[in-house]
Amino acid sequence: MAYDKFNILNSSAVPLNIDNVDTDQIIPARFLKATERKGFGENLFKDWRYNSDGTTIDSFPLNNKVYSGKILVAGKNFGCGSSREHAVWAIYDYGFRAVVSSFFADIFKNNCLNIGVLPIQVSEEFLVDIFSQIDLNSKTLQIP
Amino acid sequence: MAKTLFDKVWDSHVIEKIKDGPDVLFIDRHFIHEVTSPVAFVGLKNRGLKVMFPDKTFATADHNTPTINQHLPIKDKLSAMQVKTLEKNCIEHGIDFWGLGHNKNGIVHVIGPENGITQPGLTIVCGDSHTSTHGAFGAIAFGIGTSEVEMVLACQSIMQQKPLKMRINIDGSLNSHVTPKDVAIYIISRLSSSGATGYFVEYSGEVFKNMSMEGRMTVCNLSIEMGARGGMIAPDEKTFEYIKGREYAPKGEEWENALSYWKSLKTDNDAIFDKEFNFNASDIEPMITYGTNPGMAIPISKSIPGSGSDSESSYQKALDYMEFKEGEMMIGKKIDYIFLGSCTNGRIEDFRTFASLIKGRRKSDNVDAWLVPGSHKVLKSIKDEGILDILTDSGFQLREPGCSACLAMNDDKIPKGKYAVSTTNRNFEGRQGPGARTLLASPLVAAATAITGKITDPREII
Repeated sequence: MAYDKFNILNSSAVPLNIDNVDTDQIIPARFLKATERKGFGENLFKDWRYNSDGTTIDSFPLNNKVYSGKILVAGKNFGCGSSREHAVWAIYDYGFRAVVSSFFADIFKNNCLNIGVLPIQVSEEFLVDIFSQIDLNSKTLQIP
Repeated sequence: MAKTLFDKVWDSHVIEKIKDGPDVLFIDRHFIHEVTSPVAFVGLKNRGLKVMFPDKTFATADHNTPTINQHLPIKDKLSAMQVKTLEKNCIEHGIDFWGLGHNKNGIVHVIGPENGITQPGLTIVCGDSHTSTHGAFGAIAFGIGTSEVEMVLACQSIMQQKPLKMRINIDGSLNSHVTPKDVAIYIISRLSSSGATGYFVEYSGEVFKNMSMEGRMTVCNLSIEMGARGGMIAPDEKTFEYIKGREYAPKGEEWENALSYWKSLKTDNDAIFDKEFNFNASDIEPMITYGTNPGMAIPISKSIPGSGSDSESSYQKALDYMEFKEGEMMIGKKIDYIFLGSCTNGRIEDFRTFASLIKGRRKSDNVDAWLVPGSHKVLKSIKDEGILDILTDSGFQLREPGCSACLAMNDDKIPKGKYAVSTTNRNFEGRQGPGARTLLASPLVAAATAITGKITDPREII
C-alpha cells in the first residue's frame, strides 16, 4: 500500500505522556474484525478518547484542542504487547506520520517502518525536554 | 567461534545479509489466523502473487470465534466474515485450514506443537506476538505484523535485524505450588515489561531442564511480555519424546537424521551473551499482578509496592484503573471471574493442575468461571482423562476451544469494573473487555480463588 513520503516533517505535536502504551490501547481488539485496511483512525485510542456512552473524554490529549499535528510524542516502551499492525494503521489513518518515544517495542517498530510511520527514538532526557517544550507552547518540531 | 543456540538456528536460516541492514531469513513454518491475515491476502491479490509454499503454511480460526455452540453459524457478522475470508483464501492458495469443528482446530500456539509441526531448529512466524511459545522446542519463533505476513506468504522469507542475545538462568528447585507461570511472571517482574526489548532470550538452568514441555511453552510464551523478540530453550530428551509420533513429526530415517541434528542444538560453553541474568528458584513464590502491565507483579502474599521503574503518573494511572492502593494486600480481595485458558495456560497440563486443586471442593457461588481449552485435542484429553467429571462435580462448566476472553474479541468479555483472575498473558486496561480488571496468575491461583471467591494463596487450600 502506498504511503506519504516525506524528507522533512514540519508539524506541531500531540503529547501522550504515558509509559508502556500497549497496542490494546492504541486499537482495542474488538475493532480488529475488518478484512480490509480502512477506517481504523476513528477507533484510535478508543477507550481513552471516549466514555462507554460515547461522550468525549476532554482531558485526553487527542481531544484537547490545544494540541494537533502529525507527530505523536509518547512515553517509553510505546507499542508494547500485541503484534497487531492495525495499531499502526490506526495511527496513520488518524493522520500521524511520526511517533517519538524514548523506546519502542520491537514488533511495533517494524510495523511502523512497513507502513510509513516514522518511529523516532530519543533519549529519556530529551523526551522529557520535548514534553516540557510542548507544554510551554505547542511548538513546531522539525524532523529531518 | 563459539555460538549460542540462537546464533546456530538464526545463522543457518540467513539467505542474504544486507550491508548495514537486516538479514533475510528463510521461514520454515508460517501459522496464520483470521485476524491478522486478510489484509495480507488482499496485498498478494493486488500484486498478482500466489503463496509460495502452501505446505509450510498452517491456518486456524481462533481469535475471533465463539466458545459456545460452535456447531452453529457464527452470530457476529464481522467475525463470521473474517473466518469465511480466511477459509476462502486458504482454498484459493491450497493451504490446509483447520476451521471451527475441525478436530485439529484450536489456538494457533497450542495446535502447532501438539500436531508435531513445531520442531527444534526451525524458524517459525505468525501474525501474533505469542508465537514466542514455539521457542520451547529450540526453534526461533516470533510474532510479526500483517505486512510481514504478506512477505512470508509471498516469498517464505522475512527481513529482520538480528536481535541481541540474553540468557536467563535459574538453578535450584521450585517451591511447592510454584508453576511455570509463576516463574515467567517472576522474571517479568524483575526485568519489567520492557526489560528484554531488543533481545532474544535463552532460558537455561535446572528449573527449565526439569520443566515439562507444556511448562516450557508457558515460559517462552510470556517472553514477549518483557519485550523480548522471543524466548527459547535448548531441546533435550523431553523435547524429542514430546514430538515423537505426532502427525507432522519426521518418521523413520528422517526421524533419525532430525534427531542427530537436534542434539547439536545447544549453546557452546564459551559463547557470549549481550546480557545475562541469574535467579534462584527458591526465591520464587506463587505470583499475581496488581497493575496494568505484566511487569506489575508481586508474590501473592505481599502488599502492593511503590512505583518502581515506571513514572509516578503511569503507576498511579494503573492503580486508579484497578482501584487499588499502594500498600494493600492482594490476598482476600474479592474476585468476580476466573478464566482458565489461552495460549499461555490452555494446555492439558494446565487443566490437570487446575483440577488437582479443585477436586472434591466447590466453586464459590460468587465467582463466574470460564474454562476454555486451547484446542479440540486438549478438550478430548480433558474428557478422556476424567478431568471433565472433576470439573463438573465441583460446579464448573467447560467451553469450546479458542482465544476467548484472553483478548475478548468474541462475546467472552469480562464486564466493566469487574475483577478477573486470569491465567492469560496481558493485564492491559480493557484487555478482557472494556473496563475489565485483570489479575494475571497461575492455574493454581485461579483454582484457589475460584473456590473461595477472593484472591487466595493456593498453599492455604488444605
